[in-house]
Amino acid sequence: MTDLPAHGAHPPGFAHQFENMQQQREASSLGMWVFLVTEILFFGGMFTAYIVYRLLHYESFVTGSHLLEVKFGATNTYVLIASSLTMALAIRSAQTGKRKGQIIFWLILTMFFGALFLGLKFTFEWRHDYIEHIMPGFGFQYRPEWGSLGPEVQMFMCFYFFMTGLHALHMIVGLGILTVLVIMTARNKFSPEYYAPLEISGLYWHFVDIVWIFLFALLYLIGGRY
Amino acid sequence: MSTANAGAHDAPPESGVNYLNANYGIRSWLLTTDHKRIGLMYLVSITVMFALGGMAAVLMRLHLIEPQGALVEPETYNKLFSIHGIIMVFFFLVPSIPATLGNFLIPMMIGARDVAFPKLNLLSWYVFITGALLALFGIVSGGVDTGWTFYPPYSSLYSQTHVVPVALGVFIAGFSSILTGLNFIVTIHKMRAPGMTWFRLPLFIWALYGTSLIFVLGTPVIAITVFLLALERLLHVGIFDPAVGGDPLLFQHMFWFYSHPAVYIMILPSMGVVSELITAFSRKRIFGYTFVAFSSMGIAVISFVVWGHHMFVTGQSIYAGLVFSVLSFLVAIPSAIKVFNWTATLYKGSISYQAPMLYALGFIGLFTMGGLTGLFLAALATDVHLNGTYFIVAHFHYIMVGGALMGYLGGIHFWWPKMTGRLYPDYWARVAAVVIFIGFNLTFFPQFVLGYLGMPRRYAVYPAEFQVLNVMSSAGASVLAVGYAIPLVYLIWSLRYGKPAGPNPWGAKGLEWTTASPPPTSNFLAPVVVTEGAYNYAGTEGSHD
Repeated sequence: MTDLPAHGAHPPGFAHQFENMQQQREASSLGMWVFLVTEILFFGGMFTAYIVYRLLHYESFVTGSHLLEVKFGATNTYVLIASSLTMALAIRSAQTGKRKGQIIFWLILTMFFGALFLGLKFTFEWRHDYIEHIMPGFGFQYRPEWGSLGPEVQMFMCFYFFMTGLHALHMIVGLGILTVLVIMTARNKFSPEYYAPLEISGLYWHFVDIVWIFLFALLYLIGGRY
Repeated sequence: MSTANAGAHDAPPESGVNYLNANYGIRSWLLTTDHKRIGLMYLVSITVMFALGGMAAVLMRLHLIEPQGALVEPETYNKLFSIHGIIMVFFFLVPSIPATLGNFLIPMMIGARDVAFPKLNLLSWYVFITGALLALFGIVSGGVDTGWTFYPPYSSLYSQTHVVPVALGVFIAGFSSILTGLNFIVTIHKMRAPGMTWFRLPLFIWALYGTSLIFVLGTPVIAITVFLLALERLLHVGIFDPAVGGDPLLFQHMFWFYSHPAVYIMILPSMGVVSELITAFSRKRIFGYTFVAFSSMGIAVISFVVWGHHMFVTGQSIYAGLVFSVLSFLVAIPSAIKVFNWTATLYKGSISYQAPMLYALGFIGLFTMGGLTGLFLAALATDVHLNGTYFIVAHFHYIMVGGALMGYLGGIHFWWPKMTGRLYPDYWARVAAVVIFIGFNLTFFPQFVLGYLGMPRRYAVYPAEFQVLNVMSSAGASVLAVGYAIPLVYLIWSLRYGKPAGPNPWGAKGLEWTTASPPPTSNFLAPVVVTEGAYNYAGTEGSHD
């Protein structure tokens, strides 16, 4: 591609448009941070709408919040925090030049926790909501004890499914990224000099975890039940 | 600006290998990661979209020749103005300068080989095309009648038209903006050549940096908003539906949180282009470089806190209205800084009136008109009278067509020789610029008067006493259409028959003019080192600096 004077032997993973590895590392890191800023605004739009409606329809949203099972949310919070730890350990292993088996071990463990989160969410929590008829669009039924609040409780559940659904979508994308990282590690792509894909994927993974922390607090905990 | 070792890479002969002839075949284009080729692919794509949106406008103006409507059913008329707005805003104006000139020029202007993430850059084009095709599918399969703003409940409860594919098309195209903005921000931060400090950057780069900030911060909000709207349509579970406690005003807030800054996505890059053109054709350093640079950032920042001026008459609180009104007046300050600095740059410059300069001067005049009439709308009391009338239509067309589009055409004419290596006939380019200027004013000035007299926008019929002004406007639209057709002819003609341009046909400053036209694939054949600030025209032929 380039007809500039050769840079000597290109280190693995070096892209032609950069001058050196440091520039490339800084660029990928900045790129991911900018991407996370757009993600904050993306989720932020939904958080804003949620908070506005919570202020408008306080009672209904508290009623809706009580429909959620805190034990599911809390378990999943622990699972996700564990996955953040294992992700950080995977990056650390690459940075300090550990065997590739060790990096892969931490990555697989991260994927396990991620999959566990989704499994709990879909097979227990959402299934439970479906059976209880509180899944909007799929047999949602107003309960007599809600009185005239019914439509607004349904609105709460809409937000719940949109927000946690969007978050779950990010988790699924994250699992895809982790799969690619495992393959790259197995093919000896990384070294203490070059592990930027691990590092910026880690940023993404931690970000998705933090979003969940906010979701857990906003959807499950601030109902005033305790 | 020049390179320290400029002599080391005098332009190679025009027969040399460049990015256009380095390889051939459809695959070499569809799989390219070269920012210059991606820029050209965007240029072709958005030109097609511009033609489609323009046809819808022509049909509307033909229809409005008679008070009772000359051409189409009212339902069709509603679809025409919606199609026109959606295509022109989301699929032409937003990507126009950033995705074409920005892609082509940013790496060259800062002395880089490519953008920071070339594959993402290619991906952004495919994302854009996917969004555009989905929107076109929605339009062909039945159209939308919501206007480009998609306000619920027009777009949710009461719409019989194909809102979902069009809204999802806008949603998807938004991601191409995000990728472009992300790429530009990282490129400008990390890819500058040695010696290219922030305050040696061409002002075009500053303008696109501000634009990229808006892309990155604003676009995700419109994305989530139209996505929620599409979910409401598909699953019949309301977020904006008052029947279940939703608030349609929330949609408007979230919509304008992006769509007002989006106006500056359209105008800021044009301002960047005009800064380049004014200096190049006055042979002078720009007056007040830092003021112009920071005014771009000022516009980007303030643009995020003025959205409420679109909602003065929607029942938002009067105190919110007051605050938004004051903030909206503030935007006039950085805009005026730019206009005054351009004017001061012209003063005692040795001005030559080549085609790009005519567009730049047209921009200054028309943008000033559009900006000043904006003050009428930022004032609460006059806005109540003018909101929803043709005054608004005229105002934003002075900004978006008279401003953004004139800047775009000026930029295309200025850098066309660099992109293609060919000169176009300057005489015809000047004719086109004058025809567009006349046609534009004839089309839109009568609309100011119509709006002031009280003619509402978006109606297929109007009272007979407004006919004279409407016929003037329609006549202007046909002149404008001819004006846009002329460049299409001579620019395509120049690809084959134009004279070879040479590396620097305008004698302009800037790194992009130090390399061959068309540039080699890696942009520069020798390493670039920058030793002076932008627009150092002192000592060049005709300069009074």
